[in-house]
Amino acid sequence: MSVAVAPQLELRGVTKRFGGVAAVDGVSFEVARGDIVGVIGPNGAGKTTLLNCISGVYHLDGGDILLNGTSIAGMAPHRVARLGIGRTFQIVKPFGSMTARENVGIGALFGSEHERRGVRESFALADEVLELVGLKAKADHPVTALTIPDRKRLEVARAVATRPQLLLLDEVMAGLNNVEIDEALDMVRAVHATGVTVVLIEHVMRVIVGVCRRAVVLDSGQVLAQGEPEVVLRDERVIQAYLGERYAKRLKS
Amino acid sequence: MPNALSPEPLLTVRGLTAGFDAGPVLFGIDLDIAPSELIALVGANGAGKSTLLGVLSGLVRATSGTITLAGHDVTNARPEVLVRRGVAHVPQGRRLFGTMSVEKNLMLGAYLRRDRDVGDDLVRVLDHFPALKDKLSREAGTLSGGEQQMVAIGRGMMARPKLLMVDELSLGLAPKIVDRLIDVVQQINREGTALLLVEQDVLVALDAAHRAYVLENGRVVLSGLAAEVRDDPGVRKAYLGL
Repeated sequence: MSVAVAPQLELRGVTKRFGGVAAVDGVSFEVARGDIVGVIGPNGAGKTTLLNCISGVYHLDGGDILLNGTSIAGMAPHRVARLGIGRTFQIVKPFGSMTARENVGIGALFGSEHERRGVRESFALADEVLELVGLKAKADHPVTALTIPDRKRLEVARAVATRPQLLLLDEVMAGLNNVEIDEALDMVRAVHATGVTVVLIEHVMRVIVGVCRRAVVLDSGQVLAQGEPEVVLRDERVIQAYLGERYAKRLKS
Repeated sequence: MPNALSPEPLLTVRGLTAGFDAGPVLFGIDLDIAPSELIALVGANGAGKSTLLGVLSGLVRATSGTITLAGHDVTNARPEVLVRRGVAHVPQGRRLFGTMSVEKNLMLGAYLRRDRDVGDDLVRVLDHFPALKDKLSREAGTLSGGEQQMVAIGRGMMARPKLLMVDELSLGLAPKIVDRLIDVVQQINREGTALLLVEQDVLVALDAAHRAYVLENGRVVLSGLAAEVRDDPGVRKAYLGL
């Protein structure tokens, strides 16, 4: 029965240089449909640059990126988004003068290749998404009235409303305490349960261990290790480059 | 480990209420910091932690209550007066001048100083953060997140504060960098500067601090030795998620 199915996302030797420096240097890994993959690594390792390569913000200097077996390298960000790759930004940038619902409605209006919606339909979808991410009660709040955890939820909701098949999350849990993180993890699980594959960047190991099935560690633009989180986080090279001794000890206890 | 409260507190806050146009955020806060203490301030997002730092550095007005610093009433003093009197604020998200050099960013922390020791203090900052030594002429915005946080803390130190307040030291930083920065902050504290550390990584903050305050909806709901706060069942459930 085993039919060779292309991975949903495949990175082949992805390289991006700034001046003479290779911020991302020959990165290869695959993401299977339905997976939740965590990308971790030191500050400046190239994680966000990699996300920018996948979402079309940067043109590659080498390598290829395939979505369901078809190259998307060189495509403009809006085309990548229409093909079904949604993303969030580390520094959230909602439309400040609008309500939460309106912000999410814009994501729904943008839509994807196979789904174009009118305004009414878009707002109906926005309401669904707001409920999914736990913001239903605050749908009509102006975004300026939202707390930090809620603004992060809104950032996710805007991306989810484009109905992506693959969602890229860039540090949506930074600045949350453990209990707020656990609530945000429930949101990620809820989104994942609707059939969305997730690739997320985080520095919070509670997230990586909590929801990821696989972790990819970047260091100086290259893949240092990848595999199951429990294994990767015990890797001596990962402890040396990223976790540090104190954190490694705390993880064990 | 915990210091005995010295007879002369550095900072005394009594009955502090403050907020914004939309309404009060802080309600009757009492807080004490001794000259050699490292204090953790923890609480959920929206509890009022950053607002409290804002009041202590003169950026947010107190509507009632008093703030006393080294025996002087500094309630609603202007930010530059508070900096002169020894309060330095390392804001959340670093807030560096991205297109200015690392050295200029650091020196801005000493903007109000007219003494001759500024150069010595720059040397001291670089001793604490040797990674910055060969990056002094780089634009601050080109540094990694960890290095930017070093510049932000260094800029605070350049004011030669009696009280250094650091808002969200760990935000967006790799675990190993957080470890290193916490080590430095503890070292600065041992050298005689009081520290007020606001932190979402509650475990990191409570491990580092002598005492801790827990803020909930603008009120202090718990305070005590950091180890006691860490073992408090409510804190374990509400903040540590244990």
